[in-house]
Amino acid sequence: MLAATEIGHIESFRPKRFAQRYGVDPLLTLVVVVTALYGLIVLYSASGQNISMVVRQAAHVIAGLGIMIVVSQARRDTVIHITPFFFALSAMLLVAVLLIGVDVKGAQRWLDLPGFPRFQPSELMKLALPAMVAWWLTRQKLPPKLSQLIIAAVLIALPVTLIAKQPDLGTSIIIAGSGFFAIFLAGISWRLLAMLGGLGVASLPVLWMVMRDYQRTRVMTLLDPQSDPLGAGWNTIQAMTAIGSGGLFGKGYASGTQAQLKFLPESHTDFIVAVIGEEMGFLGISVLLILYTLILGRCLALTMRATGNFGRLLSGSITLTFFVYVFVNLGMVSGVLPVVGVPLPLISYGGTSIVSLLIGFGLIMSMQKTNRVLSGDS
Amino acid sequence: MELSTGVREKNLIHGRVLVASFFGAFLLLLLLSRLIWLQLVETERFQTASEANRLQTLPIGPARGLITDRNGLVLAENRPNLQLLVVPEEFDDLDAAIAEVRARIDFSDGDVERFAKNFKSRRRPRDPVVVKDDLSDSDAARIAVDLFRFPGLKIKARPTRHYPYGGLTAHSLGYVGRLSLNELKNIDERKYAGTDRIGKLGVEKAYEDVLLGQVGVERVETSARGQIMRSVEREDPKPGSNIPLHLDIGLTAKLYEVLGNRRGAIVAIDPLNGGILGLASTPTYDANSFIGGIGQAEYEALQSNRDTPLFNRALRGQYPPGSTIKPMLGLVGLHYGAVNWKTEYFSRGFFQLPGNDHKYRDWKEWGHGRVTMSKAIIESVDTYFYQMANKLGIDQMSEGMKWFGFGRRQGRDIQDDSPGILPSRAWKREARNQSWYQGETVISGIGQGFWVTTPLQLAAATTAVARRGNFIDPHFSLLEDLDAGAPVPIGKPLDWERMIDAMEGVLHDENGTARGAGQGLNYRIAGKTGTVQIFSIGQEEEYEASEIDERLRDHALFVGFAPADAPSIVIALIIENGGSGGTTAAPAARQIFDYWLLKRKKGSIFPDVTYVALMNDQLLGYKNASSN
Repeated sequence: MLAATEIGHIESFRPKRFAQRYGVDPLLTLVVVVTALYGLIVLYSASGQNISMVVRQAAHVIAGLGIMIVVSQARRDTVIHITPFFFALSAMLLVAVLLIGVDVKGAQRWLDLPGFPRFQPSELMKLALPAMVAWWLTRQKLPPKLSQLIIAAVLIALPVTLIAKQPDLGTSIIIAGSGFFAIFLAGISWRLLAMLGGLGVASLPVLWMVMRDYQRTRVMTLLDPQSDPLGAGWNTIQAMTAIGSGGLFGKGYASGTQAQLKFLPESHTDFIVAVIGEEMGFLGISVLLILYTLILGRCLALTMRATGNFGRLLSGSITLTFFVYVFVNLGMVSGVLPVVGVPLPLISYGGTSIVSLLIGFGLIMSMQKTNRVLSGDS
Repeated sequence: MELSTGVREKNLIHGRVLVASFFGAFLLLLLLSRLIWLQLVETERFQTASEANRLQTLPIGPARGLITDRNGLVLAENRPNLQLLVVPEEFDDLDAAIAEVRARIDFSDGDVERFAKNFKSRRRPRDPVVVKDDLSDSDAARIAVDLFRFPGLKIKARPTRHYPYGGLTAHSLGYVGRLSLNELKNIDERKYAGTDRIGKLGVEKAYEDVLLGQVGVERVETSARGQIMRSVEREDPKPGSNIPLHLDIGLTAKLYEVLGNRRGAIVAIDPLNGGILGLASTPTYDANSFIGGIGQAEYEALQSNRDTPLFNRALRGQYPPGSTIKPMLGLVGLHYGAVNWKTEYFSRGFFQLPGNDHKYRDWKEWGHGRVTMSKAIIESVDTYFYQMANKLGIDQMSEGMKWFGFGRRQGRDIQDDSPGILPSRAWKREARNQSWYQGETVISGIGQGFWVTTPLQLAAATTAVARRGNFIDPHFSLLEDLDAGAPVPIGKPLDWERMIDAMEGVLHDENGTARGAGQGLNYRIAGKTGTVQIFSIGQEEEYEASEIDERLRDHALFVGFAPADAPSIVIALIIENGGSGGTTAAPAARQIFDYWLLKRKKGSIFPDVTYVALMNDQLLGYKNASSN
């Protein structure tokens, strides 16, 4: 108790930070808004000058920012308390998707509940899983014991399996990642980590066996896009061509031939960065990378300042998951990772993704506040 | 302890966050280097790829040159043709789409079959396949309203070859057809980028290079779906040159009228320049059927027809020339001194070689009595030519007949004609590996034995006589008239005149073999009949036409020209199994001479449409038979 009072005492000497006072972190909010605006500008070109699409996306952004502010006001304890219920709800919705979900392009990922806009429950799980793992691991002392880790692994395996069944390989990998990040940050021993890594590599052939044909094709295509230039390799080749042909300065806004003549697939969603690369060149992509670096940097700073282990683990996991999104999408579009359906955060068109990202930022912000009742971290 | 636990936990997490941050930064740097490689190092490569994506070079097929007759009537034209095309790659369920299209428009079994054939034949990916040719305007409109539902379906106007005279010109013009894989190997593919048609036969094949024209190109910007957004630059194609022919379509129609439903061939040549005025081979076929790919049933009907309509008898038919070569052979005999105009042989109905009792019979059982060269031509005395040939010998005979174009192809712009056989010792040794027998020389004297000629060769040889000793290659195109011909080295002009006089006797003398055909003529024809045995009868048997199967009857031949002193037309005519040259072939030739010299006094007569349609109905009877 002495320690806790001491920490509280030391912190009380400093003037309260804005985020601690008002919940909202102005710096993160600013960079996120700038990035989203940049996305809207790109979207106008990438959608073939479809202004109504831009307006709809702007509405998504505004709604997301609103929800982010609301979430950022949440008390840390409240978040901790509702985490198991939120996780259970998300898991149930995932089961519901498999039972009564809507089929789009051969995958059952959407849920169409009366009174709600159509959404993907897997997006909820992106937040629910790291929160749940963080909640579970912070119930005892860190670093976690093996028995705890086994339970955590089960917690991760459940939603990952459900999502992989939809099928949605990209999202299931990312969600597995988000859960794993919580474990990693919680201090899993390096030795165990190395063993798990070795096990992972050993299980690759098994993974290959359970993969669906189109998923295998995507992996094969990555290794040699020219093997099927008009089929599976088409996306990668056209995206690389778009980015590469942009050069340093790009072909000019709304003047990218790859994008405007529709050689580029999914140019307003997953492959939107190829439009930036083609039309605004290396400079345009650099601007995007700088914005992402600022967001990540700010999120990491907030993670370091987060109060309580739960807050640290949750903030860190969300931040790392965001990073994975950026990395996987850019890697896929520039031809170093297989084509998995991962949107470019804050830029790609789509409401669910942007709202869940902004909720994530809201959660990071909410973890900044000290509790009214100062309690121990454990 | 609690203090240290809390701080340790916090430090643990912070440490992990730092590790993750460094790892993330490292990954971001990898990504950055990848982008630098793509955008700053390999820029040029990707810019080239992007341009190649965007710009497509579309070939524009040139319009094929027209083929006209001597009066400018179009014999081969390009008709607008609305085609329904499909890009099979655009469809998930092609069969369903085709079925839906079929429900809307007129679609015959033949169309179904042709589409199946076109669909199966090899093509480049995304090349359209013709679903239906010759779409009517109303059918096109019916499909056009729904075209947006089928992005892989298009209606395109592609000019298509058409031969308005159908069967009348098939054997001379040939036809164009789809490029075969074999042909693709032998042509410059760039020249054919805009078309998939090539001349397959006849004039269409001979003048392929001229008729084809030069392909144009259009650079267009296309979308990923192949939609053309705009034209960037365009180089117009150069249409092929037109080819005017010597052919007179009115005369050609007359030739077919004369042959009617008999099997045979006629070649008519302008002796002034060697131009082919008319060419007929019966039965004939409709070249138009071959253009869009011929239907299976029609092709089978043509193939299985016993009378072989696809076979060009005028150019490839190999017939023993019989007595029709007697004038040329006589001139050769005179040249080598085997005989002179005064030489007399006594004809007693047969000829025998010394020491051999085989009888070489004359067509006249009791013989012709005392015979000179003139009488031998007029009455077609076989025994005279047996004797002369025996004296001349095979070497000089075949040497001399070469000057008249026998034993070789006629060349120039005539495609696919056969060389025939001009027998000689060398030929027999090579072809049969046998030595030459004297008896074979004797029967060669009346154009029998190994000797086979094409109607074209006979016409060319007769033209050399009509030109008084100057051989000129027969040809179709008016543009081929620069050749002065080759003199036949048979010295004296008087020989030619006397031979022509004798040939006039064939029709105009009271003993001429074609005197019946010569009756009531107000101009003079020089000619020679021929009756060719294709069925051997025994030494002492009688040939009785009525007792022999129609297909084993003699071929009736006639060669000749008119007017005799200033000829304007040369004819070689053969009617298969027609009987005797004098009674069948000569009267048929007379009709043609009459047409050319009397009826057509004020210039060519253009056949009218109903007449041509009627002729084609008769000539192409096999089509109706096959569709029943």
